[in-house]
Amino acid sequence: MIKETIGHSVREFVIDNFLYGQGNVIDQESFLQSGLIDSTGVLELVTFLEDRFQIAIDDEELVPDNLDSVERLVTFIETKLHELKSL
Amino acid sequence: MVHRPEPVTVTIVTTLLLRNARQTEFTENKHPTMCGIAGIFDLQAARGTRYADDPADVRAALWSMISTLEHRGPDALNVFTHGPAGLAHSRLSIIDHAGGTQPMATADGDLTVTFNGEIFNYVELRDELKRHGRVFQTHSDTETILHAYAHWGDDCVKHLNGQWAFAIWDKRRQRLFLSRDRIGIRPLFYTLADGKFFFASEIKALFTQREVSREIDRIGLDQLFTLWTTIAPRTIFEDIHELPPGHSLIVEQGTLRSERHWQLEYADESSSPRSTDEWADELLALLIDSTRLRLRADVPVGAYLSGGLDSSLTTALIRKYTGAPLKTFSVTFDDADFDESGYQQDVVRAWNTEHQSIRCTHADIGRVFPDVIRHTEKPLLRTAPAPLFLLSQLVHDQGYKVVITGEGADEMCGGYDIFKEAKLRRFWARDLDSKHRPLLLKKLYPYLKTLQAQSPDYLKAFFHVRPDDLANPFFSHLPRFELTAKTKAFFSPDVRQDLVDYSTLNQLHTGLPRDFEEWQPFHQAQYLEAAHLLPGYILSSQGDRMAMAHAVEGRFPFLDHRVMEFAGRIPTSLKMRGLNEKYLLKRIAKGLVPDSVLARPKQPYRAPDAVSFFDTATGKPRFDYVAESLSTERLQQTGLFDSRAVGKLVEKIGKGQAIGTKDNMALVGILSTQLLVDEFIDRTPPPTTAPPAIHRETVTA
Repeated sequence: MIKETIGHSVREFVIDNFLYGQGNVIDQESFLQSGLIDSTGVLELVTFLEDRFQIAIDDEELVPDNLDSVERLVTFIETKLHELKSL
Repeated sequence: MVHRPEPVTVTIVTTLLLRNARQTEFTENKHPTMCGIAGIFDLQAARGTRYADDPADVRAALWSMISTLEHRGPDALNVFTHGPAGLAHSRLSIIDHAGGTQPMATADGDLTVTFNGEIFNYVELRDELKRHGRVFQTHSDTETILHAYAHWGDDCVKHLNGQWAFAIWDKRRQRLFLSRDRIGIRPLFYTLADGKFFFASEIKALFTQREVSREIDRIGLDQLFTLWTTIAPRTIFEDIHELPPGHSLIVEQGTLRSERHWQLEYADESSSPRSTDEWADELLALLIDSTRLRLRADVPVGAYLSGGLDSSLTTALIRKYTGAPLKTFSVTFDDADFDESGYQQDVVRAWNTEHQSIRCTHADIGRVFPDVIRHTEKPLLRTAPAPLFLLSQLVHDQGYKVVITGEGADEMCGGYDIFKEAKLRRFWARDLDSKHRPLLLKKLYPYLKTLQAQSPDYLKAFFHVRPDDLANPFFSHLPRFELTAKTKAFFSPDVRQDLVDYSTLNQLHTGLPRDFEEWQPFHQAQYLEAAHLLPGYILSSQGDRMAMAHAVEGRFPFLDHRVMEFAGRIPTSLKMRGLNEKYLLKRIAKGLVPDSVLARPKQPYRAPDAVSFFDTATGKPRFDYVAESLSTERLQQTGLFDSRAVGKLVEKIGKGQAIGTKDNMALVGILSTQLLVDEFIDRTPPPTTAPPAIHRETVTA
C-alpha cells in the first residue's frame, strides 16, 4: 500500500471521528498537544487501524511515538505492513 | 486532658435525645412546606418614578407566575400584594392546617413571607424567640422565619438550620429580603426587567412575564459545557440570575445588594488535635442529630437507598435511632453496568425496611428526558437525573412526600474518585518515570474499559501528570474539565466566535476564595466539588428539580451546616487514608451498614447515555423528538451547534462507535440544549391567567 493511500485513510478517519468533519489536520501536528485525542480516541484509532490495514497492534506499541500524528501513524503503519510482508 | 466518652455512652445519650424528641417534637403539626414561591417588586414605582401597576394586574402577573409552579405544591395557590410588591406561593398541604398558609404575615402586618423549604430547628428557635418576647400565632416554621427576621434582622439566617429559599416583604422599610440556604438545596432565581424585580423558585415562572426576555446565555453555555453547571449567579439564560448558595439579597431603594451569610471553610490539620475515636464519635453524634431533626414531620418520611455507603448509613441511622418503620426507595437498572440492586437488598434485609424499587430501562430514560429537561431548566451532559425523575414518581405514587437521602457525604467526607485520582496523580508526578505508579490510576477506574489499555505516556497526558500542572489551582479537576470542554467542539462557528476571548476557568479562578492557592490540595478539590458541582448539578438537576417534579421533598443529613462545618475540620488523613475514601465515615458505618456495602468498591451513580436515545440494534433514534431535535434544520434554527459536526456524531452513534465519555456527553448536552430552546425559548409562554380554581387570595391594601 502506498504512503499516500495510508495518509489519506488516516486523515479521513481523524477528521471524521475527532474533528467531526470540521476543519483539517496537519500531518505533523501532535494529537495530544492539540487536544484532539482522549483515552477513548486512542482505542478508536487502534480499532480503526487494525480493521482498515489488517494489522495487529501490541499493547507496547500503544505509545505517542507511534500514534500521535498523521505522519507518525503513516510511518508506523508502513513498518507494520512491511513486517507482515516479510513474514 | 480531655475525657473521651466511650462510643456506647454517645449512643445512649443520643438515643435518649431521640426518645425524648419523639415524645415532644414529633407530635408538632410540622407540615413539609413543599412549595414554589414567586414575587414582583416594582422598583420604579417604589421610588416614585412611575405609577404603580393596577393591583389587579399585579395579582394577575403573580397568578401566572405561580401557576407554573403548581407541580411543586398543587393544593393551594395564594398571592399577596402591597403597594409596589407582590408575593405568591404554591403549597402542598398534607393536612388542612391554617397555620401553614402562605404568604404569611406577622400580626401587625409589617412583615410578610413566602417560603419554600424547611427550618428544622424551628422548635428550638421558637423557644428562644419567645424568651425574647416574640408572640407566636402558629406552630409553623414559616412563622419562625418572620420572628427571626423581626428580632435579628438580616442576620436571622445565621440562626436557621435548614434548607430554604424565602422572600420577606418588609412593609415599613419598603424592602424585600430574600435568602437561600447555605449550600443551595432550595432554588431561587431572579431577574430585572422594565424596572421591576421578579423572583421565583423556577425560571419558567419568570418567563411568564412579557417583560422578561428569553435567550440562551452563551457564556453560560460555555460554563456548562466545561463544569456541568454555570457559575452562580449566571444561569443558562441571559439576564436570569440565580441567588448563589449561602447568600441573601436585599432589594431596596431601587438597588440590589447581595450578601454572603455562610461559606465553606476548611481548617488546618493542626488546629483541632483529637484522636480518631473522638473525631468519629462527634461525627456520629452530629449525624444522628441532623437525621433526627430531618425526621420532624407529621407525614411519613421515606428514604432513598442507592446501595452505596451514604444512603445505607442514613437508612441505618433512621432505623437504629428512631425505631420507626421505614419505607425505602431505589432505582434498579436493566443494564448490569449500572445496577446496584444486590447491595440495596443487603441493606433492606439488614434493617428490615419496607422496600420499593423501580426498574429503569434505556428506553425509559429516553422517554422521560424531555420532561426532565423541562424541570432541570438547564442542559445536562449525562442522563443521571432521569432515573431520579422516575424514582420521585414512584415515591409520589406511594403516597410519600418526604425522603431522606445521602447527598453531600462524598463532598464533605472525601468520597469522590476525583479526590483519589488527584492524590495518585501527585504521587506519580513525584516520579514521572515510574512504571508502577500509573498502574494505580487504572486500578482506580476498573469500570472504565477505555482506560485499561492505555500506555503510561498516554495516561500521563490525559491525567495531566506534568510538573507544570502541579501548581495549577485546578489540578484535581483538570482532566475532568478538559475532557468535558472537548464537547465545545460542537458549538457553531457563530457561538465559538462569540466566546473566542472567554475562558470559563479564568472566571472560576476569579471567584475562588482569596487564599485558595495556599490551601491543602485535598481541600481545594473538596471546595471545587462542594461549591460548584454540588449546588449547580447534584442538588438541583439531580436533586430538587427531579424530586419536586413530583412534589417530593429531599432532606439531607450530611448537609446540616453543623455537619458541614465539622467535616471542614476533619483532618484529610481521616477523610482518605491511603486510597481508602471516606475512612472516618466507614469507621462510623461499621456495624450499622452491611459488610458487603462497606467492602464494595466505590461506584459513582451513573445512568446509560447514548443508548437511551438510539437503538443499538438498528442505530436509529428511539424517539421522534430525538430525530427532530438533532435534525440539520432544527440545529440550524437554534444556531448553537454545528449541524455537520452533530451529523457526524449521530452517524458515529448509529454505527455503535461512540463508546467514549466525550461523545456521550456531547450527545446528551446537544440534545438537552435543543430541548431547552424548544421548551423555553421557541414556545410562546402561556398568557397571564385568571386565578386558578384552587386558591385563596390575600390582599393587603
